[in-house]
Amino acid sequence: MNNKKSVSYTKYGYIFSIPFVLAFLVFQLYPVLYTVVIGFTDLQGVATTEFHFLKNPLENFIKILSTNGAGSFRLSLRNTILLWGLNFVPQISLALLLTAWFTDTRTTIKGQGLFKVLFYMPNIITAASVAILFGALLSYPQGPLNSLIGSFRGDDYKAINFLANKNFTRFIVAFIQFWMWYGNTMVMLIAGVIGISPEIFEAAEIDGANRRQTFFKVTIPCIRTILLYVLVTSMIGGLNMFDIPKLIADGGPDGATGTTALYIYKQAFSGGYMYNKAAAASIIMFVIIMLLSMLLFYILRDKDEEALKKAIKREKKAANARR
Amino acid sequence: MSEQKLRTKSQDNLILKIIVYIVCIFLSILSIMPFWIMAVNSTRASADVQSHPIAFWFSTHLMDNFKVFEGKTFEPITGFINSAIISVSATILAIYFSCLTAYAVTAYEWKLRDGFFKFIMAVMMIPAQCTMIGFFQMVYKMGMANNLLMLILPSIAAPSMVFFMRQYLQSSLSMEIVQSARIDGAGEFRTFNSIVLPIMKPAIATQAIFTFVGNWNNLFTPMVLLTKADKYTMPIMVSLLRGDIYKTEYGSIYLGVSLTVLPLIVVYLLLSKYIVAGVALGSVKG
Repeated sequence: MNNKKSVSYTKYGYIFSIPFVLAFLVFQLYPVLYTVVIGFTDLQGVATTEFHFLKNPLENFIKILSTNGAGSFRLSLRNTILLWGLNFVPQISLALLLTAWFTDTRTTIKGQGLFKVLFYMPNIITAASVAILFGALLSYPQGPLNSLIGSFRGDDYKAINFLANKNFTRFIVAFIQFWMWYGNTMVMLIAGVIGISPEIFEAAEIDGANRRQTFFKVTIPCIRTILLYVLVTSMIGGLNMFDIPKLIADGGPDGATGTTALYIYKQAFSGGYMYNKAAAASIIMFVIIMLLSMLLFYILRDKDEEALKKAIKREKKAANARR
Repeated sequence: MSEQKLRTKSQDNLILKIIVYIVCIFLSILSIMPFWIMAVNSTRASADVQSHPIAFWFSTHLMDNFKVFEGKTFEPITGFINSAIISVSATILAIYFSCLTAYAVTAYEWKLRDGFFKFIMAVMMIPAQCTMIGFFQMVYKMGMANNLLMLILPSIAAPSMVFFMRQYLQSSLSMEIVQSARIDGAGEFRTFNSIVLPIMKPAIATQAIFTFVGNWNNLFTPMVLLTKADKYTMPIMVSLLRGDIYKTEYGSIYLGVSLTVLPLIVVYLLLSKYIVAGVALGSVKG
């Protein structure tokens, strides 16, 4: 009887993990390893699956890293970072400002619920549709934005072909990203602030801290972890930017909005069939993203548990020393 | 003196409030405007849209704009059905197997458990773009390139969802319930299905919404794998509107985008309470 009661349930831990592990091995791990292998081979061309390893294993990497100019990997990496920065700086600034306003205990803003719903809305809409929509809004010579500017400027206004201008196209891609994501960031930050114990704010108010001081000296330090989380996830998301630059101007004009994800796509799937080069680019992106996820992993680690483990270690050491 | 101070303080408050409302109303208009212009223009004749691109009220050319799609590449119904098949099946699989895996790492003590969970966290962020070349080659070799299953089955392994389901289980599952089910003679698998899954309903609801939306909106993977027009998903259909055959059909372009956007907006407004509350639970962003 006793024996039966202590029957081990351990095996169910393994059994219940099997579907996940199988799907992971087939659809994620194998493709990753396969991509890595392809990065060192000569796999190119329509409908080819056979390949040979290159004499110089790093040839693909050298090739993609040494070319410059429109449509090159280096330019697309620069573009990706530039577009991310252009969208993230205003995004986090506005999100912080709105968070400060919405969580201020001294002035209540009515209609917050509605504002949150509206600010978050663009985030849920298909990015492909958003890109096509903005493309239509910016159309030339007759389009809503041109006609809007024209109505301010008068009859002598000459329509602008926005999407033929490098800087403007970059700006519009960054703006769409900003517009789609600031609501999301704001909602996350607000959730973080709500999690802070109200006593801290009361104490700050009693000590005579004004609004600005409370926000910078109390609120921001308290939501540090969430801020870092937002930063890192946004960087990873930004490194994958594809839909908007692809459908607004197909990476153009002159490669100005070509991101790394678009580079990989163009090399392999839209006429190029350069699977090996695309794979090499994927590996580089993979390494960058892995480093960022390690950072995220470090941020999200359970601090209490860590402290406990350290304490146990110290105890053990002390016990050993005594012996 | 102090009264005056008080008055300037309340004046400050009033000015701040006015600024806050102006900014918030401006941002709200910014959120609505593009979609409003889109909806209105989809009912206007292409010639009108071209001569006066901005209008604030609907017109009567909805059906004319719709007729333009006949016999062309943009097929909203096909796209809708394919997207629905993929998104619904992928969501169900992701939810069920993520819960099962999360339960395995929460309720049972097994040797490799901690290592396995750390591994899940480590691979949580690997994006599709980085594995696509290998994935495509694998699928191509298997001859499954135009098979929707290749967009559905991978969702069985959803590391980030396992992570959040585990967080939820840790705070809401008491092992006593599981123990008593065992005493009552329920098998482990049945305990999971009839006791653990119902406990997880709130977490399932939010995760289901975001997984569904993520799959519905995905452009990259379907665009790489699907080459036959009858398998195209909604985002691919939308991307076709950039093509030359629609260049002068201004009203139809707006209508095409509306067909993909309006259902999402309606669903969003109905579920907005849960969605906005669920955002903070985490998702990869851009």
